[in-house]
Amino acid sequence: MSVVLVDYGAGNLPSVEGALRRLGVPSRRCSTPEPLADADAVILPGVGHFSPFAAALDRRGLRQPLLDAIAREVPFLGICLGLQALWEGSEEAPMARGLGVLPGRIAALPAGVKLPHMGWNRLRRLSGRTSRLLEGVAPDAYVYFAHSFAGSADGAVAVCDYGTTFTAVFERGALFGVQFHPEKSGAVGSVVLRNFLETAR
Amino acid sequence: MSLARRIIPCLDTDGARVVKGVRFADLRDAGDPVLLAARYDREGADEVVVLDIAATRDSRPTFVNTIRRAARELSIPLTAGGGIRDLSDARAVVEAGADKVTVNTAAVRDPGLLTTLADALGAQAVVLAIDARRAGAGWEVCVRGGREPCGLDAVAWAAEGARRQAGEILLTSIDRDGTQSGFDVDLVARVADAVPVPVIASGGARTPEDFLRVFETGHADAALAASIFHDDLLAIKQLKAFLASRGVPVRAA
Repeated sequence: MSVVLVDYGAGNLPSVEGALRRLGVPSRRCSTPEPLADADAVILPGVGHFSPFAAALDRRGLRQPLLDAIAREVPFLGICLGLQALWEGSEEAPMARGLGVLPGRIAALPAGVKLPHMGWNRLRRLSGRTSRLLEGVAPDAYVYFAHSFAGSADGAVAVCDYGTTFTAVFERGALFGVQFHPEKSGAVGSVVLRNFLETAR
Repeated sequence: MSLARRIIPCLDTDGARVVKGVRFADLRDAGDPVLLAARYDREGADEVVVLDIAATRDSRPTFVNTIRRAARELSIPLTAGGGIRDLSDARAVVEAGADKVTVNTAAVRDPGLLTTLADALGAQAVVLAIDARRAGAGWEVCVRGGREPCGLDAVAWAAEGARRQAGEILLTSIDRDGTQSGFDVDLVARVADAVPVPVIASGGARTPEDFLRVFETGHADAALAASIFHDDLLAIKQLKAFLASRGVPVRAA
């Protein structure tokens, strides 16, 4: 199985690679469009600011190949900023363009709670929404978050409540995204990553 | 619903080896920070901090390699610090797999460094470490491993650090560090109430009640300790069970 990790120059790739290695799955980094053409699964990790992230996707010519992979229904997992990239844009960088797979924009978490939202918080599974990613995961499991912006809860299979209610886990066909860091979320995170890889088998 | 309060073991290294005595009979090499960090991961630590307390030019490449090895093993966040002077030092440990870096002396000398780091790595990756000691009615900031007072007020410096985009404050009481006489809860409360970012309390931990007080009265978001965990005086699992029984939200170990 060819698992491609998108390397846009600032993501925390060693952590994701380490988590996949512990699951016995090799991955390869890709900073050019070509490996995306025959990937069995694509992971778009991301940390930091939306603007350099979006700029790097364009500079490296990754935008259209990513959209093509999503259109071909190659299993795709966006992590943190990689999830936020699915929307049209972000308040964090009004001029930068997201992938625009989902309508609307990423918004800042409200003042009045400590920001960044950093640490272990609970997922809240939404009733009636099935989730392949969360199979075997407790509906209120603790996972690790580190972010100040988030996407609206429309279409979420699980949300998190912190100042507002936002998408913690998104799932639609082969398109998956998590606002938390599964590679940093202990045993729960391993289950989520394993579930994702299962969808690519 | 509220964030879990975090329990964070801290490993002081000379770059390659843990420098304080570690007494785990079951570890093949109790001086290896990577094995120790992995053990804390399994025991329910919420995060691990690994510091290069030598922080010399010689120790740097070894330390980066230690971080690389630790990051590969850990399924929880990893913070690296000690001797981070500029963006290139910070980048080196982040590229090796650290999720966050702590800066201390270098940020006092050049507060703009916090913004530089946050712009490049994201505020979530930038931890301002403050070593503070009581001075009159307040607390003063000390640099160079806590040895040298620099004239800044700790509460004001924490607030300025947050304004300059530090994503978190790691606050160590020099008076309490190594004494096992409990956290300086007043200091922690003053800082935690003054900044809009999470505060990690450090220095003086001994009993589960110390942790309860620093969370309840000190309003800390996380608590860090070293020797009580290394010396097996307190197990993370028991500590978390105690905190949960007293109504503190923690991630079950």
